[in-house]
This record gives sequence, structure tokens and C-alpha cells, in this order.
Amino acid sequence: MSAIEILGLEKTYSVGFWRKRPMRGLSPLHLTVEDGEIFGFLGPNGAGKTTTLKLLMGLVFPSAGSALILGRDWTDPQVKAQIGFLPERPYFYDYLTAHELLEYYGQLSGVPGKQRKQRVEQVLQQVGLRDVQGVQLRKFSKGMLQRVGIGQAILHDPKIVFFDEPMSGLDPMGRREVRDLMVQLKREGKTVFFSTHILSDAETLCDRVAIIHKGELRGVGAIEDLTSSVQGKVEVVWHGTQIPASIKALSAECHVTGDRVRAIINENQQDAMIDALRRERQRLIAITPVRTSLEAYFVEKLRRAETTAGRTV
Amino acid sequence: MRTRIAHIASNTFREAVRDRVLYNLIAFALLLSGAAILVGQISIEIEKLVVINLGLTAVSLFGIVIAIFIGIGLVSKEIEKRTLYTVLSRPVRRWEFIVGKFFGLAGTLVVNTFFMAVGVFAALFYVSHKFVRADALILVALYFIVLEFLIICSLALLFSSFSSPLLSAVFAFSLFVIGNFAEDLRNFAGMAHGYSHWLATGVAYLVPNFSAFNVITSIAHEQPVAGQLIWQNTLYALFYATMALSGAVLIFEHRDLK
Repeated sequence: MSAIEILGLEKTYSVGFWRKRPMRGLSPLHLTVEDGEIFGFLGPNGAGKTTTLKLLMGLVFPSAGSALILGRDWTDPQVKAQIGFLPERPYFYDYLTAHELLEYYGQLSGVPGKQRKQRVEQVLQQVGLRDVQGVQLRKFSKGMLQRVGIGQAILHDPKIVFFDEPMSGLDPMGRREVRDLMVQLKREGKTVFFSTHILSDAETLCDRVAIIHKGELRGVGAIEDLTSSVQGKVEVVWHGTQIPASIKALSAECHVTGDRVRAIINENQQDAMIDALRRERQRLIAITPVRTSLEAYFVEKLRRAETTAGRTV
Repeated sequence: MRTRIAHIASNTFREAVRDRVLYNLIAFALLLSGAAILVGQISIEIEKLVVINLGLTAVSLFGIVIAIFIGIGLVSKEIEKRTLYTVLSRPVRRWEFIVGKFFGLAGTLVVNTFFMAVGVFAALFYVSHKFVRADALILVALYFIVLEFLIICSLALLFSSFSSPLLSAVFAFSLFVIGNFAEDLRNFAGMAHGYSHWLATGVAYLVPNFSAFNVITSIAHEQPVAGQLIWQNTLYALFYATMALSGAVLIFEHRDLK
């Protein structure tokens, strides 16, 4: 059973004051997220990431389509007891302390009284807010509020966690902690679905990603599949300060950096290159496939989408 | 379900307390003690009348202002600040949220009214040095004031579920003022003819009839209140508040949270 199955969810907003006109927020979206994976939902600002999350949380209503979460209809209140959600730039009841807020959310999520207190302490420790007892949230920094947000999302031990831009507002240390937390959640068997426009985070964390742009899905796949040897090339590195002519003939792209030489060659020239290095008595260090970075893939997808849209217009 | 409503209500009450809403009690106490001392020096005959009239009118006005100004923000503020996102993404139904908010605000007003009532009785004791049997009628007036609050709370919530806080305040306050002239409107409808008769009748019965709840003057003159009026007002307030709350739920159930 998949953790999340989005079956053609779409959203069209009405905009304008007097003469309402439709504005497409999300084109029919079909997406499956498997149980136990960290899934990145990538796209530039205004791409439809938050709209998708709001639809899944029942905060806005779809114009068409449906979704299944843990095999059940996504609007089923029982489903909501098994999911956690961190909204983008979260804002909480600022007259409460972090303890009181989590206690309140625990009550609403149906966490039994005895476990609740213990769980609140545990979660506050987990998100690094152990020493804030008695401080109202109105005195919290942006980063601290983000931590409270993460805490409330995992408080009731949900099976799926939805994070909308979870790294937003965090310093490098905080971002590292959130990344570690996501990995920890995955280890505990939870599914993590998070939206971001910070590609390095997605590249480090995700098993699979989806790219969305202007409300349309542009690509889905495992990071390795999306970035693997797209160009069919390998990078060869060996010790040396000069490039022998026989090797130069095999590759136009050779660079000397310090005492190392790097050459980019076609995959089918790999054996010939190794032979040439042996003949020239050069010491081989590494041969690695040239991968397109997620960023390059992402930019390429968006550029292609822009070109298609330009042609359509 | 009931526990979720209770938790939302209790958090709404806590918000009002932490936002220092109950500080109005200080202003009320100052007003009442000032009035009691002042009228005590004027005349022994009318001092009780003035304290009851002034005290109960202040209880009503202070409560109405609180009901409107908190009520109008109960839903719209939560949408605007996006605090609702983390509530409705839990197993909380939208109607539970509205009902919980209503009970939270109503609870705040009941507690506020209780303390004000204590103040009224204290001022009364200060000026007349004793309680008489007729003073128990003040409790009926206070009960009617609380019923009025329930209606105002539900109306403020109704407006808050679809419009901005400013417009909601204007709507709710206008209805409060018009509602105090509901009897006059009904009399006018009875005299009008044709379309204006139907229009005036419709408006007269649609606006809350607050004039039926105002027994302050007659109680100050120690005139008894008919038992029939008590249960009629009770049923009317419950019916009206339920209808307004149902409207709020109906609108909120279909509203996208931007």
C-alpha cells in the first residue's frame, strides 16, 4: 500500500472582484508516495507546492480529483490522526508557551493524558527547545517557532509527516538538525513528504523527488535516476602535472589542478583511456560517471517548460 | 468530539484571559464604586434605582463590546494568522472548531458577568446596607443579559466566518442597535401596507429582538418578571443562537483557507 496516492487533484481559484475569472492553481496532479520514503516536492515559489499540501490537509477544497492517504479517503478524520503537518512560515497562538501549545495540540490529536505530558517533554527535547519553559511564543525567534512547528507535527507520532519548507528561517545548524530529524523519522518507518526550493536539501535527503512548475508536474523519480550519467560520460582523475599527447587525443576536456589531472571522456573510451594511462605510466586515482546535479536537472526541466509554454502562446 | 470542542473552548477562554480581556472588570469596578459613592451623597430615595440601572446597563454594554470585539476575530483572525492550519490538519471537524469557539467566548462572558454581578450586589449593599427579596430579580435581568450575549456571540461568529473583522464589527453592532428597536419595527410592520408591510415584517422578525430582554428599568422599580417571559426568552435566544451558529458552520464548512 502506498502512503499517499494523489488522484488527479486540481484547484482553480476565482480571482477578481467584480468579474471573477478562473486562475489555475494546480493542474490535475497524479502522484504516488511510497511508504517509508522521504519524498521531496520541488518547485520555485508559486509553483503549486503549498496549494497541493493545503489540498491534502483539507484546508482548501479541490476543484476535482481525490487522494488516498494510507489507503483511506484523505478527508477521513481518522486519517488526520495519523498525519503531521508543518505549514510554511508557521504562526501559533503566541499567548501560549511551547509546552501549553503542544499540550493543546496533543489534546486535539487525541493523545491520551498520561502519555501527553511525557511526549511533550520528549518532543521539545528532540527539537532543541527543552529550556523554554514558561516563555510565551510571542517572545520566540523565527527559528524557534520553526522548531515548535516541527515539534507539533511529530507530537502525536504520525505515520506520515508533511513539511512545507521546513528549513525556512533556520540557521545552518538548525537546518542540519532538521535534516537529521527527517532521517531519524525515516528510520522509524515514517513517510516524510516535504516541499522545498532548496535543492541541496532535497539532494541530500530524498529517496525520490517530484518537480512542479506553474501548477503542473514536470518530473518524478529517484534522485539517482534523475541525475545519473545523463551525458554518458565519465571523469578520469590521475596523478600528474602534464597531459601526454596520446591522452589529449582522447579527450578535449582536460584540466590540471595541482598535482592532478581531470579528463572528461565518453563512456566507450574508458578502456582506451586506461590503456593510454598505463602506457604513459600515469597513476590512476578515480573513474566516476559524470552526474548531472539535481539543480541542473531542475533548471533544465523548468527551461523546457518555459519553452513549451512560449510555443503554446 | 465533545472533548475536542471542550479543548477548543478552553483555549479560547485562555486566550481572552491572557489578552487581558478581564481587565475590563477594573474599569467596571471603578465606574460602579464611583457611581455608588456619588449617588449616595445625592438622595437616599433614588440611589438604589441608579445603582441597579447603571450597574446592569454597564454589565450589558461591557459584555456586548467584549462579545463583538472578540467574536469578530474568532475565525477571521485564525485564518489571517494561519493558526487554523495546524488545528484543522488534525482530526478536528470544522463545525467542532466553530462550536468550540462559541462556547469559549460564551464562557468568557459568563465569567465576566459573574464578577460584574458580584460588583453590582456589592454596590447595592453599600448604598442600601441590606438585601431585600426583590433584589433577587436582578438575577433575572443578569440571566437575560447572558442570553443576549449568546445571540451576539453567535452573530459575531457568523459574520467572522465570511467577512473581515471591521465589517463584522459594523454588522454585529448594527444588528445589536436595530435589535433593541425590534418591537418598534414590528409595530411599524403592523401599520405598513403592501410590499413595505412584507419587507418590514421580514426585517422585524429576522433581526434579534433584544427589546424583549431588556427588563432593567422594571426590575429597578421592583416590578416582577413574568415566568412566561423567562422561558420564552430562553427558547428564543437558544433558537436564534443555534440558527446563527448553523449559518456560520455552513459557510465555514465550504470556505477555502487562503
